[in-house]
Amino acid sequence: MRSVRGMRIASAFVAGGLVLGAAACGEAPDDDNNAGGTGGKKYSACMVTDVGGIDDKSFNTSAWKGLQEAQKENGDIEIKNVQSKAEADYEVNLKGFVNQKCDFILAVGGLMSDATKAAAQANPNQQFAIVDANPGVDNIYPMQFDTAQAAFQAGYLAAGMSKTGKVGTYGGLPIPPVTIFMDGFADGVAYYNKAKSKNVQVLGWDKATQKGSFTNDFVKQDEGKKVSDALVAQGADIVMPVAGGAGLGTTAAAKASGGKYSVVWVDVDGCESTPDCSAIVTTVVKNIPEAVKEAVLKAAGGEKLQSKPGFVGTLANTGVSIAPYHDFDSKVPADLKAEVDKIKADISAGTITVTSKAQPTK
Amino acid sequence: MTNPNPVSGSPDKEPATEAQEARGEARATPTAPAGDTERQVPATATKQPAAGEPRPSLGKLFLDNLWAANTVTVTVLAVVLAMLVGAVLIIVSDPEVLATYSYITARPADALNASWTVVSEAYANLFKGAIFDPDAVGFTAVMGPISETLTYTAPLVFTGLSVALAFRGGLFNIGAQGQATIGVILAAVAGFALPLPPGVHLLVALIAGALGGALWGFIPGILKARTGAHEVINTIMLNYVAIYFLSWIIIQGGVQNPDRADAISKPVDSSAQLPRLLGDNLRVHAGILLAVLATWFIAWLLNRSTLGFELRAVGENPDAARTAGISVTKTYVLVMATAGLLAGLGGSNMVLGSTANALTPLVIAQIGFDGILVALLGRVRPWGVLLAALLFGALQAGGNRMQSYSGISLELVTVLQALIVIFIAAPALVKAIFQLRAARAARLQTSLAKGW
Repeated sequence: MRSVRGMRIASAFVAGGLVLGAAACGEAPDDDNNAGGTGGKKYSACMVTDVGGIDDKSFNTSAWKGLQEAQKENGDIEIKNVQSKAEADYEVNLKGFVNQKCDFILAVGGLMSDATKAAAQANPNQQFAIVDANPGVDNIYPMQFDTAQAAFQAGYLAAGMSKTGKVGTYGGLPIPPVTIFMDGFADGVAYYNKAKSKNVQVLGWDKATQKGSFTNDFVKQDEGKKVSDALVAQGADIVMPVAGGAGLGTTAAAKASGGKYSVVWVDVDGCESTPDCSAIVTTVVKNIPEAVKEAVLKAAGGEKLQSKPGFVGTLANTGVSIAPYHDFDSKVPADLKAEVDKIKADISAGTITVTSKAQPTK
Repeated sequence: MTNPNPVSGSPDKEPATEAQEARGEARATPTAPAGDTERQVPATATKQPAAGEPRPSLGKLFLDNLWAANTVTVTVLAVVLAMLVGAVLIIVSDPEVLATYSYITARPADALNASWTVVSEAYANLFKGAIFDPDAVGFTAVMGPISETLTYTAPLVFTGLSVALAFRGGLFNIGAQGQATIGVILAAVAGFALPLPPGVHLLVALIAGALGGALWGFIPGILKARTGAHEVINTIMLNYVAIYFLSWIIIQGGVQNPDRADAISKPVDSSAQLPRLLGDNLRVHAGILLAVLATWFIAWLLNRSTLGFELRAVGENPDAARTAGISVTKTYVLVMATAGLLAGLGGSNMVLGSTANALTPLVIAQIGFDGILVALLGRVRPWGVLLAALLFGALQAGGNRMQSYSGISLELVTVLQALIVIFIAAPALVKAIFQLRAARAARLQTSLAKGW
């Protein structure tokens, strides 16, 4: 009995303490039943994450950020999301939003392609959109990104910055959304070698054979560190991890190395998404937030989203880009900066074409 | 060799009949303090009621038993407690509701109303998504929630049975996840690589999945039997092997879908898919029927067959079983292989059923690990496992709707599941909180005590 009583007393104290602590001072706000609302019908944009979840620091987070920014811009847009824990949840989650009569349903990631296609075909009047896939259905607005273009710039930059004459890259899995970065990176290095008659080597990826180093994991940081340690041991002094969260193992190790080697990050500017800004030369940015925001704003404005050609992010439309140099701004030589900018102009104009087997289908 | 201090009150040990025990207990200690688990001794001592004392009325007996700490009561109360804690979490995690608490002394109604609204709406959606939506019109909409619940239930029954069966044999099968993974791989490969007629194809795919799981259970079984290597370690390690094998095989030529850019395999042929039970618009598929069948079979196996007897004997006390002439080695291997077979079938469900038709790295979700919870919640009894899986399936299905309609994170469902199991695993806590009388205490000892 004593333990029970003890527990009660303890819980009473805890509850009382919480209430007092939280409530001691506080004024009730004025009644305002219509705070901020225009009373008009809201445009609802609903997003289904893939199994990575909303906090994946990658495309799910980016897509959600896009919706949030759209809402900021247009207060009449109402946003919500559901997270999928497994493949089994995609269909239910999409269906749930169809039943709730969402105006705009956003699916994230190529793995949702089939489920989204099925849902779109079953509901031809419902507007869908998908990031990183193109199921080819009229009411799905596809958003894809030719990240090879920006990775090309990053490869050139890395080749120019390397002191050892060796740069490295590794991926999470040998799948197109990953290898597209590595292809572009390798091409950028090759372009640098041709232009400068140098021989900078790329470790960890061979574009011709499509073979290279992989962590087989997008989460475990120690796996990322293991692979990048091997690359560094072979002499690489700039490494580009394309392995989601696993790459954080590399950024942390690079930071700890005190400048021995540095990192090119991918997806979202590493100075915003990782704690290791000081080790990051630049980031190959996939501008998902902007693309999603544009699409939602357009759709909310009553414009019909054309599923063909959809949206393909390129350097020209800033759908992909390389991030500011941040801490490396003073370390990157001005003429190298200029050359990197020139590449952007050349790729946009079509004088340089970047090819990758993994490029989005038009 | 395996179990240095065998636990006396195994979960499957039947004490004296309920009524006798409760009565004996009530008389022996009229002022028995609640929460005391050490009351079996007087209970057994006074098992035979002395002649001449008036028998308590049937109604009183019923109430006594209801409020005694029996399995059902504790389970129900554990669910209630978990939902209470969940309610607190819902309130705390909603910034708007929490804001009303900053002026609770000024206008308490706001905080209470807001809390009530958010919690009741969340649980209402949980219910509507899992069981029945009163606003639904039409067959598909009315049956939808049940269909979803059963869809999520089916694989959990298999993995739950897998873990429960191993428990009864004195083994702790943490490897259901790995066994299900190998099962799903073989089932899927058989499903898209073999050109077979409908029916046969499904059967072959299911058998392939079951064999894959059985193999993955056989390995730790034989290691345990022959070398004494602990099955907990081995099954955990084999989980990793299986998971990495899955992410490797998906991207191999001949397995990966050539039309797709992602890590996804070719889709399983329709001839190898479990038929849907309620039409194409509802996801419930024949896997749930197989699950019930498997439950019946395992119940028969455990309670009626020679193997089941040997298995339980080994589980209770391997040394005594060996002395009695039972081959402990053979039993361990058979238990683990059968457990793996069940988990493999559970995995097969994930790709032959309606939830997904191709391999992806997360195709089986967490069914193997959830199976451990289901087995514990079901008190490692086959039919208990079925009911526990049903509860977990309902939480999963309802959680999807709760997330979608009320915007409450799906993690809350995971937390609810975890809390329920914590309260189940610590029956003394539930009994103390609700001041239940200790009856049939032997049944309530946590199943976790076994297997180590």
